Amino acid sequence: MELEWEGPVRQLDGEIANIRRVNPDDDRIKSLEEDREARLRDLYQELSPWQTVQVARHRDRPYLLDYIKWMFTDFVEVHGDRRFGDDRAILGGPALLDGTPLMVIGHQKGRDTASNLMHNFGMPNPEGYRKAIRLFRHAEKLGLPVLTLVDTPGANPSLPAEERGQAQAIAESIAVMLSLRVPTICVVTGEGGSGGALAIAVADRLAMLQYSILTVASPEAAASILWRDASQAPEAAAVMRITGPELVELGIVDSLIPEPPGGAHRDHAGAARLLREHVLAMLEELRGEDVEDLIRKRHDKYRNIGRP
Amino acid sequence: MGRKGLGWYHGESRAASAALSQKGVGRNMRDILRRSHREDERDAGAGGDLWVRCSKCKELLYRPEHEQNLWVCSKCKHHFRVAAPDRIHITADPGSFEERDADLPPMDPLHFRSGVRTYREKLEQSAAATGSPEAFLYGLARIDDSPCVLGVIEIEFIGGSMGAIVGEKVTRAIETSIATNLPLILFSSSGGARMQEGVVSLMQMAKTLARLDDLGAASVPFVSVMTDPCYGGVTASFAMLGDVNIGEPGAFIGFAGPRVIEQTTRERLPPGAAQSEFLLSHGMLDLVVPRPEMRTMLARLLRIYAARSTAAYGSGEAFLESRSAPPEKVAVGA
Ligand SMILES: [Zn+2]
Repeated sequence: MELEWEGPVRQLDGEIANIRRVNPDDDRIKSLEEDREARLRDLYQELSPWQTVQVARHRDRPYLLDYIKWMFTDFVEVHGDRRFGDDRAILGGPALLDGTPLMVIGHQKGRDTASNLMHNFGMPNPEGYRKAIRLFRHAEKLGLPVLTLVDTPGANPSLPAEERGQAQAIAESIAVMLSLRVPTICVVTGEGGSGGALAIAVADRLAMLQYSILTVASPEAAASILWRDASQAPEAAAVMRITGPELVELGIVDSLIPEPPGGAHRDHAGAARLLREHVLAMLEELRGEDVEDLIRKRHDKYRNIGRP
Repeated sequence: MGRKGLGWYHGESRAASAALSQKGVGRNMRDILRRSHREDERDAGAGGDLWVRCSKCKELLYRPEHEQNLWVCSKCKHHFRVAAPDRIHITADPGSFEERDADLPPMDPLHFRSGVRTYREKLEQSAAATGSPEAFLYGLARIDDSPCVLGVIEIEFIGGSMGAIVGEKVTRAIETSIATNLPLILFSSSGGARMQEGVVSLMQMAKTLARLDDLGAASVPFVSVMTDPCYGGVTASFAMLGDVNIGEPGAFIGFAGPRVIEQTTRERLPPGAAQSEFLLSHGMLDLVVPRPEMRTMLARLLRIYAARSTAAYGSGEAFLESRSAPPEKVAVGA
């Protein structure tokens, strides 16, 4: 998946490859590589909101199972909502992070046709949210902190999803998270799309990866609602304040987690290492907090968003 | 509409409107009407002041009679959309509604500009068109003498979308219910989120639910009535979590609207799909109540719930005390 505006970097990649093919020890390679790194850093220092959307949706971006692979020493995926089925767009289970047991729950996207069909492009059905609710309760029973990783275009819009109560499932998941008697941390790792994202994002600490987005509707949907023209999505992305720095400024997101140079899609291990450090730091902040205080602060935090 | 008569029990279709007329509400209602019902006016065409065309069966309806029928088509029973002040008038006892936070001004948290127009200008325009400063109004009311907190979303105000102030007023309605121990009745009709308020709008789902949780802890009942159309952030937050969920007949209710579903799945929805009756059969609603019977149904629920504080068990004080009793005490009898 090529990003149009990464053209200058790709050009240098091509030059380096050509030289290397002739002589792997050519002196010019080192300086060209330095030049490439500098260009990449410059490009990613000032991404527009729309470019951020493109990076957040990048097919090579690490997904839940990639982070799990790199971050945890142990993880057991558990299955099913105990009511209807096992959603493959929301996965989760207990895990060990640096010796600390926690419950990890998140959206999972696919990279090719087969895996996208399996994970439904990261768009959960009600069973996904009900599985999340079950895992929240599981964590609560055992006193495990909860970590959610958010990366979804939104909840699945389909008639079967409506039949099984998509709206009710999302509402209940939010309500359960709001009063969960264990510390909760949410990190938006890619696309935080509307209610389908919020359903597992109501937490004591809400963080975003540097090039992720959190939005009330996809820029395409917002543009078609606002201007009846989905092609104006870049403009919608620019005015809706969906990037991490803008949301920290608005006081909705608590912190930003840096990504490796040129974005998480270039270095899964590096992205996971940075995420792991920040999650450990947030866990440390929440350690020892009285549970009643925690819930009161969580309620107050959301009660006060958009308060005149 | 007396408690002792059979009227409230059978809920005959004209009982509510007839009772309202007897109490002399009809005239007030028509005054308020003059500035609403754009759907009717569109359908009526030019010079159609006295006549309204049903958008479903195309029947021409005589407006004074149509109002008496609470804007339900006399031929096909299609439920027209109702402006929020009218909803209050056909639901609450005459003169009983005391609006709260009526003057809470709108907010523009993102300083949003869309093309040449600012969001502020759009808000002013919507306020002028609906006579309301935002898309929600609430207050204390009585329904057949039973007190409650009553709130209504105004669908004609930017599609009844939930921005900061709608979320704030819904939250305050919930807080009023907690403070007064009065049941909460909310009529919801909404296209979903307020795009111009971005993530602030999204977060209103969590804001309202944080307080709804406290309403549950305070053992105060919540009746959620969903009317056409009701989608997105409103259904995926407080509206679907009523102790009792009610739909009006034929109302489209769900997470995603039919158009979004059809665009995504590229399939036509079968007739009736995603409407009230469909949701009732799938267990998402408790009741589908025709508009002329709504007041009767709400009154009945309120009477039942009003008795809870005097009951020796259930969610009354005796029960709350027993809940806080130490477990050893409970185990003694075992
Ligand atoms: Zn009709």
